[in-house]
Amino acid sequence: MNTIRDTEKEIVEEFALFDNNDDKYEYIIDLGKKLPPLDEKYKTDENKVRGCQSSVWLQADYKEGKIFFSADSDSVLVKGLISMLVRVLSGRTPDEIIAAPLDFIREVGLTSFLAQTRSNGLLSMVKQIKHYAVGFKLKHSTT
Amino acid sequence: MITTTDTILKKTFDVHALREQFPILKRQVKGYPLIYLDNAATSQKPQVVIDALVNYYTGFNANIHRGIHSLAEEATAAFEATRDAVKSFINASSREEIIFTRGTTEGINLVAATWGRANVKAGDEIIISTMEHHSNIVPWQVLCEEKGAVLKVIPVNDKGEIIWEEFLKLVSPKTKLISIVHVSNALGTVNPVKAIIAEARKVGAVVMVDGAQSTVHLDIDVQDMDCDFFAFSSHKMYGPTGIGVLYGKKALLQEMPVYQGGGEMIREVTFAKTTFNELPYKYEAGTPNIADTIALKAAIDFINENGKAAMRAHEDELLEYATEQLQQIPSLSIIGQAKEKVSLVSFIIDKIHPQDIAILLDNRGIAVRTGHHCAQPLIDRFCIPGTTRASFAAYNTKEEIDELVKGLHRAIKLLA
Ligand SMILES: Cc1ncc(COP(=O)(O)O)c(C=O)c1O
Repeated sequence: MNTIRDTEKEIVEEFALFDNNDDKYEYIIDLGKKLPPLDEKYKTDENKVRGCQSSVWLQADYKEGKIFFSADSDSVLVKGLISMLVRVLSGRTPDEIIAAPLDFIREVGLTSFLAQTRSNGLLSMVKQIKHYAVGFKLKHSTT
Repeated sequence: MITTTDTILKKTFDVHALREQFPILKRQVKGYPLIYLDNAATSQKPQVVIDALVNYYTGFNANIHRGIHSLAEEATAAFEATRDAVKSFINASSREEIIFTRGTTEGINLVAATWGRANVKAGDEIIISTMEHHSNIVPWQVLCEEKGAVLKVIPVNDKGEIIWEEFLKLVSPKTKLISIVHVSNALGTVNPVKAIIAEARKVGAVVMVDGAQSTVHLDIDVQDMDCDFFAFSSHKMYGPTGIGVLYGKKALLQEMPVYQGGGEMIREVTFAKTTFNELPYKYEAGTPNIADTIALKAAIDFINENGKAAMRAHEDELLEYATEQLQQIPSLSIIGQAKEKVSLVSFIIDKIHPQDIAILLDNRGIAVRTGHHCAQPLIDRFCIPGTTRASFAAYNTKEEIDELVKGLHRAIKLLA
């Protein structure tokens, strides 16, 4: 099975095909539109990611040692960004997620073509994902 | 009504010559010429303002008021010349009524902390409106909580105007203060401040006007308006950041307790007792923001030389044109359609988040603002997550609005 790093590399290669920001945006919007909507019951305050101008919900489920993420946002662009995070990190063990440096964010240039405020939102999502991973790890190592 | 002077002014107003004075307007953003439509957040600065800052630091930087040497005298003269310029700009009756602050926010906080602390008691009422900026909500909330006073809020109608009958119902002998925004930064609505002040006088209430958005667009005459306090920020009127003005009626300023203690604001200090300096220095503790204060005069001179009326006529034309053009986009709704309105359009587009629009516009070099514009209760009133706001200054052009409309069509096509 491919690792987090393998999936990151795939994304970096996909982005390498675009030579301008317009195409990158279009691609991210497309990813956002394709991300299946989150069930309304998961759009709770608890699942809300803080630090974003748009509403972002992140639901994490733990199955057989792995965490599965699903997410939604009222911003299509943000949905596109989360869809990449979900693709890289969903179905991984807590340890893998905690250890992942997620270099692809920098390699794709997401932080430089998103203005500061937006990349903060992206970092908040990463933080929340890692937070879930730590939570599940603690919960399941004590039992 | 269009008078002959207006027509003459309009003819002599040359937007391209005006743009030449703003160096930043020559830059590119993401490979496109900058189209700056976020003027309600802060305006760009003309070369004369930038020069004033540089000249001060290169020519006569010194601490003011206390020095005997030449530099200190020159700096003091330039600093105090700004006070005189501000006095004329808003037609205050004396220079002692002009207090320098960091901006509108500090002006409002100063009044809440001094006049408010001294005069508001348990059971008193303070009236604000639904369309206030957080700067004109939070200081009063804090004061009300401390004093056990009650904050009353004037509702607004669907067009974004305060509902006059509801306002009248709130005014009573319990009303101690009415603090109202002159022009809404989120909607562009111009509030009927003179009529509000007339009602306040009937019950003996004091009135504070938040002039952050109005001062650059409207003629301000504080004596004619008869407000007790008026606060504004230099950075929204082509001046530097970090400096603003609080106007207060002399009688009120004289009796109010001091704000911050320190240098400048004292007459004599002993450990037994300190006596305070006279107006306006009583409220200006510490070394002030000398450079930005001096450069504020350059901004005022710039406005006076170009003519507020001429600039406003151009801005009104932009507003009318933008409203017309934007309304032709079927999925777009303008939030804020007040009869009296200046210089900005706030809007939402069906099923599209404002942030996505702003990101795609930014990618074409177009700067707009999105979100709640620091007026969250107002945005909640309209049951929307926020708006996209395009706000205009005298240097904007119809061609820029055409680009905005094009950018929006493109964003809608991609996002919908
Ligand atoms: C209506 C209004 N009031 C108050 C403020 C606060 O001004 P400042 O941040 O310059 O203190 C603003 C600025 O956005 C405003 O638009």
